[in-house]
Amino acid sequence: MEKNQPPSPTTRRIAIDPVTRVEGHGKITLLLDADNHIQEARFHIVEFRGFEKFIQGRPYWEVPFFVQRLCGICPVSHQLAAAKAVDQIEGVSQLTPTATKLRRLLHFGQILQSHALHFFHLSSPDFLFGFGSDPAQRNIVGVLGKYPEIALKGVRLRKYGQQIIEAITGKRVHGTGTVPGGMNKALSIVARDALLNEIADVLQWGQEALALNEQIHIANPEHRDFATLQTNFLSMVGEEGELEFYHGGLRACHADGASIFDQRDYCDYQQILREEVRSWSYMKFPYLCQLGKEQGWYRVGPLARVNNSDRISTPLAEAARQHFREFAQGEFVHDTLAYHWARMIEALHCAESIHELLLDPEIVSDDLIAEKGDKRQEGIGVIEAPRGTLFHHYQINEEGLVTKANLIVSTTSNNQAMNESIRSVANQYLDGHEITEALLNHLEVAVRAYDPCLSCATHALGKMPLKVELRDVEGVLVNQLTKGTNGEIDH
Amino acid sequence: MSFLDMDERLVALLEQVEFNRSPLTDIKHCGSCEIGLIEGGVCNAENVKVLQEFRANCKTLIAVGACAINGGVPAMRNHFDLKDCLQEAYETGIGVTNPQIPNDTELPLLLDKVYPIHEVVPVDYYLPGCPPSADAFLQILGPLLAGKEPVLSSDHLHYD
Ligand code: SF4
Repeated sequence: MEKNQPPSPTTRRIAIDPVTRVEGHGKITLLLDADNHIQEARFHIVEFRGFEKFIQGRPYWEVPFFVQRLCGICPVSHQLAAAKAVDQIEGVSQLTPTATKLRRLLHFGQILQSHALHFFHLSSPDFLFGFGSDPAQRNIVGVLGKYPEIALKGVRLRKYGQQIIEAITGKRVHGTGTVPGGMNKALSIVARDALLNEIADVLQWGQEALALNEQIHIANPEHRDFATLQTNFLSMVGEEGELEFYHGGLRACHADGASIFDQRDYCDYQQILREEVRSWSYMKFPYLCQLGKEQGWYRVGPLARVNNSDRISTPLAEAARQHFREFAQGEFVHDTLAYHWARMIEALHCAESIHELLLDPEIVSDDLIAEKGDKRQEGIGVIEAPRGTLFHHYQINEEGLVTKANLIVSTTSNNQAMNESIRSVANQYLDGHEITEALLNHLEVAVRAYDPCLSCATHALGKMPLKVELRDVEGVLVNQLTKGTNGEIDH
Repeated sequence: MSFLDMDERLVALLEQVEFNRSPLTDIKHCGSCEIGLIEGGVCNAENVKVLQEFRANCKTLIAVGACAINGGVPAMRNHFDLKDCLQEAYETGIGVTNPQIPNDTELPLLLDKVYPIHEVVPVDYYLPGCPPSADAFLQILGPLLAGKEPVLSSDHLHYD
């Protein structure tokens, strides 16, 4: 831990607190010397919830509905990961075809709405107005004013994803849907038809959103090395190495694309991953055991998934994936800002997959619950959440009460990468300069590429906003930079 | 984020309101406002500070959702000792390396319990639901913006 020594008159600490246009509470601290050279840059998660403890003693079947309250952006991901763990506990190895399809449809709806929100509502202002543009305008309201066409299509894309969730779970946020071994209600023909009615528009908007992101990335060469890192990538892939969000094996690759492992059963995640605790953040730092603490960190999420997968099952998204890879001459794309591009490839894949599922006659069947097998005392459920691989692990006792729980959420897997990206941006853009609001937003742009959602990182529920602080070389707080209501910086 | 479920209706609302500090804007401190919407319980010293800042600046303060109103799911930790919760997460949990409880000065002090917001500052209105639907938001904001007393219809008075 840093010692509290007397502040040195020559060094400063800057804090961005809260980081905004994210859901959740994060803070960035910078340590600068007298010439404004960056000594240290850190990204902290400052909220703690204690989920692993307070879930103990609860009946296991309740878990999917508690845990979805970890996140206001992707609750469905938590419900589904926990539901997969609960299926295992109930000894169910195979859901009915309809239940599988309904869960997949729900998940596609969820990823679509979350990706739309991530790009349009939270990140697009940086790209449409500029990283250092006027903070008063740099938000979705500003985008609605200046680019209403773009903003409204984003709003509608999200709405469509939410409507799918509502049709299946009864509510747009925190509904119910999964039950042990299946789903609790069939999709009505009326609801299916209503969704089908709009899919052509959604496919159109999905393609436009992708084109916009592609164009933004390609047209701005300076985006290529912004916060960019060479890292390992981890994701789930389907049986044939295709892009897969709901069920598959784990694949990890080195930065050059060489395999670290492939098709690993996620139930062995404890042999694959460990998490390091550091004193300055409530968010842990996971790493691949095989490579060790120093070398084993990795990135997850859209960039990892699109890089890692050999193909995408739907034609438009597959064409987009090939184009993405050509952009990097067939190598992995490492550009951090290309997360948004990969995100829109996935959003389009969701729209295409939703279309396929809605046309499948089995989607409205009422064969919803599978036979149960022998009860087990442990369940592990893993899915690809919008922002990356999500692990849920529960142990229960004879009475069916939870005795141990472990969650590794997507944001946590990207913890080291977010820290490295911030350091890279700080060195490239801030080092040696007088710190301004515009420069500080550059740091936040890096965070937003990975994650607009820091709340589940600490298994938090609710909102936490980000902060930059100036520390002297001994680590003592010297100054704190925060943005005032008018976007001006207060010292 | 349920607020955004207003979808296109957000555009009409924006003609009447301006966002101050929110998860959607880059305003880091709450300035003087007509209406403040607060969600989430109060978990640490930082939350208390932000909440007090909101109360001081907002003419009308609305507690939004189960967590703000009664602590919600996070308040389940109130049944346990804070130290046990920290130990479980950072020391005795599955797959933990370098076990230690994070204690850096950058991390705000955790409160012994999670508090609903009315136990910390006075609250003017409560909007229940987890989360309240977009319709419920509009039902309370509409009259308030028109200077009238809002009434929540019974179909929006639920806690799930
Ligand atoms: S949606 Fe529910 S869990 Fe989330 S902050 Fe609101 S009340 Fe709490």
